[in-house]
Amino acid sequence: MKLHLTVNGAATALEAEPRTHLADLLRDQLLLTGTHIGCEHGVCGACTVELDGAPARSCLMHAGSCDGATVRTIEGLVDDPVMALLCEAFSAEHALQCGYCTPGMLMTARDIVLRLPEADEDRVREELAGNLCRCTGYRGIVRALLAVLASRRRPGSGDPDSPLSGCLA
Amino acid sequence: MKPAPFDYTRPRDWSAALAALAAGARPTAGGQSLGPMLNLRLAMPETIADLRHLPGFGVIDQQRDCVRIGAGTTHARIEDGAVPGQVGAILARIARNIAYRAVRNRGTLGGSLSHADPAADWVTVLPAFPGHAIALGPEGERRIPLGCFVTGVFAVALQETELLQAVELPMLPEGTRFGHWKFCRKPGEFSKASACVLALPGSAPRAVLAALDQRPLVIDDAAALLAAPEAEAARIVEGLRLADPWREALARVALRNAAQEAA
Ligand SMILES: Cc1cc2nc3c(=O)[nH]c(=O)nc-3n(C[C@H](O)[C@H](O)[C@H](O)COP(=O)(O)OP(=O)(O)OC[C@H]3O[C@@H](n4cnc5c(N)ncnc54)[C@H](O)[C@@H]3O)c2cc1C
Ligand code: FES
Ligand code: FES
Repeated sequence: MKLHLTVNGAATALEAEPRTHLADLLRDQLLLTGTHIGCEHGVCGACTVELDGAPARSCLMHAGSCDGATVRTIEGLVDDPVMALLCEAFSAEHALQCGYCTPGMLMTARDIVLRLPEADEDRVREELAGNLCRCTGYRGIVRALLAVLASRRRPGSGDPDSPLSGCLA
Repeated sequence: MKPAPFDYTRPRDWSAALAALAAGARPTAGGQSLGPMLNLRLAMPETIADLRHLPGFGVIDQQRDCVRIGAGTTHARIEDGAVPGQVGAILARIARNIAYRAVRNRGTLGGSLSHADPAADWVTVLPAFPGHAIALGPEGERRIPLGCFVTGVFAVALQETELLQAVELPMLPEGTRFGHWKFCRKPGEFSKASACVLALPGSAPRAVLAALDQRPLVIDDAAALLAAPEAEAARIVEGLRLADPWREALARVALRNAAQEAA
């Protein structure tokens, strides 16, 4: 079937079997290999992308269902100010080791920061439960998220471009 | 981990959807249960009919004394408070603990109820409500009381030619009490035991015990359970003769805790 997607802002026409899932479409046809595939049944979160404005499992969206959708992958967030803060904090807090879970983790982390600005550690851990990491033990990831949440809550940090420096002490 | 080949159709109105169903298509809404089954080849339909673009599929319509929730309403919208009133607050609390946000953004109330996983959250909670599932078939609309919609493990009262169109719940009068408890070893996984109790003023309280290896147990008059949660929960669960003592203990605790919260 023919399908139309808007991927990272660009209108894209593709040809695929209806059974092909979005993660494979992104990786194999568009060479956007930042989206990783772990379990292919919705559990691990490695394949999480933004679909029509909200995080979704790209392994569970087959080509037919995503015809007409707007997709944002990790590659499409290089200029995103929240993502920039998260990347810096992930690096500072050792929130990744092999990096396999990281793109999905960052997609989820960005959603937490934007949707739940008041989240505390318990809530962050609860919200992260759908992204599995085999390396880090999660502590660094949780700390990185809490640092970004705190930096955005600080008075005068209304400017999302404000540097993260100083909030990771 | 790739699905077997299938065709895809996207009906634009309900009669086209019913026609696709009659021709053997498997309906899908959020794809959050069917998707894994396709990938694992536990389901190998020839054609998939995507219901998401049907008119009114995700519409929430508040009427005078009830709210009609389109089958295509996602868990995330319910979590975010799209259903009004106390009934909405109860549903929001339940929705927040279904799976993970990325799954809740796509998965639907109607898909979950139609799928009827014995441990699913809507399967535990909705049978407690004096409301209806609205089924649409070739002969028109049929109203199925929520207490008898789920008929078994992955089995519901829908006929093969019918779709679930909406769920209708009463607006809850002041003084309604609700209790719910479920056990998961990890947030977001399917529960190992779950129960809820809904007590409307002036009518018999209803209780549901789910996540069993059978259809949810619906207790139409749970007054005795509310009066003596510990003893009644033990008596009810003993009657189920569950094989595994761990599951039996969890079921007992779930029912007791839900009753204590609603008492
Ligand atoms: C990782 C993961 C964890 C999960 N954890 C939980 C959990 O903790 N608790 C929980 O309750 N659920 C959980 N789920 C399931 C989730 O809630 C699904 O959203 C839900 O079970 C199915 O809804 P859906 O809209 O995605 O339906 P689909 O997957 O599209 O369809 C499911 C089934 O229902 C049928 N169907 C769908 N819509 C209709 C309709 N309107 N009329 C008739 N038939 C229909 C389909 O043919 C199919 O058989 C989890 C899912 C995943 C992937
Ligand atoms: S690959 Fe999609 S959730 Fe694991
Ligand atoms: S960093 Fe290796 S899986 Fe998370």
